[in-house]
Amino acid sequence: MKVEIEEFKCVGAGHCVVAAPEVFDQRDDDGVVILLDADPPEHEHENTREAAQLCPAAAILLLEKATST
Amino acid sequence: MSGAVTDVLVVGASAAGLATAEALRRKGFTGSLCLVGEEPHAPYDRPPLSKKVLTGQWTAEQAALRPPEVIAALDADVVLGARASGVDTAAAEVELEDGRRLGYGHLVIATGLVPRVLPAFAGLAGVHTLRTVEDTAALRADLLAAREVVVLGAGVLGCEIAATARALGLRTTMVDPAPLPMVAQVGAEVGGFLADLHRDQGVEVLTGTKAHAPVVADGRVTGVVTSAGTLDADVVVVAIGSTPATGWLADSGLGIDDGVVCDSRCRAAENVWAVGDVARWHHEGWDRSARMENRTNATEQALAVAGNILGADRAYTPVPYFWTDQHGVRVQVHGDLLGGPLRVVDGDPRDRKFVAVAERDGAVVGVVGWNSAKGVRTARQLITADHR
Repeated sequence: MKVEIEEFKCVGAGHCVVAAPEVFDQRDDDGVVILLDADPPEHEHENTREAAQLCPAAAILLLEKATST
Repeated sequence: MSGAVTDVLVVGASAAGLATAEALRRKGFTGSLCLVGEEPHAPYDRPPLSKKVLTGQWTAEQAALRPPEVIAALDADVVLGARASGVDTAAAEVELEDGRRLGYGHLVIATGLVPRVLPAFAGLAGVHTLRTVEDTAALRADLLAAREVVVLGAGVLGCEIAATARALGLRTTMVDPAPLPMVAQVGAEVGGFLADLHRDQGVEVLTGTKAHAPVVADGRVTGVVTSAGTLDADVVVVAIGSTPATGWLADSGLGIDDGVVCDSRCRAAENVWAVGDVARWHHEGWDRSARMENRTNATEQALAVAGNILGADRAYTPVPYFWTDQHGVRVQVHGDLLGGPLRVVDGDPRDRKFVAVAERDGAVVGVVGWNSAKGVRTARQLITADHR
């Protein structure tokens, strides 16, 4: 799984950090998302998918590998 | 004419409808899926319309919710530019205005809202509401040619439009019968901070003021008669709230009462569900019915509905969240700010950077932050499960 962020869309809600704190953080000053891990390990995939879905700005893009197991 | 039957038919192709389809696939649903949208566009997001799209910082295309390849990967039949006109729950069919009938196994109603209008202002050139990308383009074109705008309504949308109009350099007046901006959403204290913010930025804030009638010349609005006198206006924006888009369900037999009435599972009837702005469901945590008009609810409720379609049988009990951007200030609210007095826990409202909590019976029931995204997220965790 590859994670991409459309930073210009981010509204700093922080839902991603709550869902997947190993993968996302927020900048201190404006709350904009920081991507900690663009290629998260398997055990973080479900959290990351939840983060992408919960993001109220649809700013997180996931590229799932078709062959991932 | 009878069409094919889809396992899940979602009517409404905006945030809530699309999120339901995405959540179903994410949870492993392999059946057939159809997404019907009234607008001709691929699903797009509405919060940016009154802000980045109206200012011109974004193109309308940048408000797209997902890239085309992500939508294609849903393996859904996406029917755009098609307006649903009715439901026959006995036959499990939705009728479209063009006469097509779509059968369903499960129906998800996600038709959102329709802006309220003021009859006296309806149909006049220079008068706008804002819900769609077309509305936004039309309002922007008029604002760019205008000197003075009057915004009727000081709720979230009215405040955002007023801030955007100021950023575009217009003389801007905001009119609302309520005593303070956004007072119904944030209470008197934060409403007062917002009134100060708008005034500091040059917006004339006429709260406690009623709009009576338009002033019209040659079919075009030139002003507004209010209880505080007559205001000149090249453009008038009507932002006085919205009503659930349930007209097409009038003969459906479904319960309609300011939204599609649902149980705690967001189920309106056997195999019929509602999600997003249009859904009124029984919030078990509050022990009363609720309907939420915010972006986060569209997504979170979609997750709940997708789970329940797949048999989770789980009540939906969210803590509401919304944000708004006005004059460079981001305001974020979790829970219920009207539930009790505010206590500032970080920063200072005078600096327009603070976090405050609303408390009732010693428990935190709401959190508000100004330009404090991380602090708000941390404070949000203080809202206890008992007060959801």
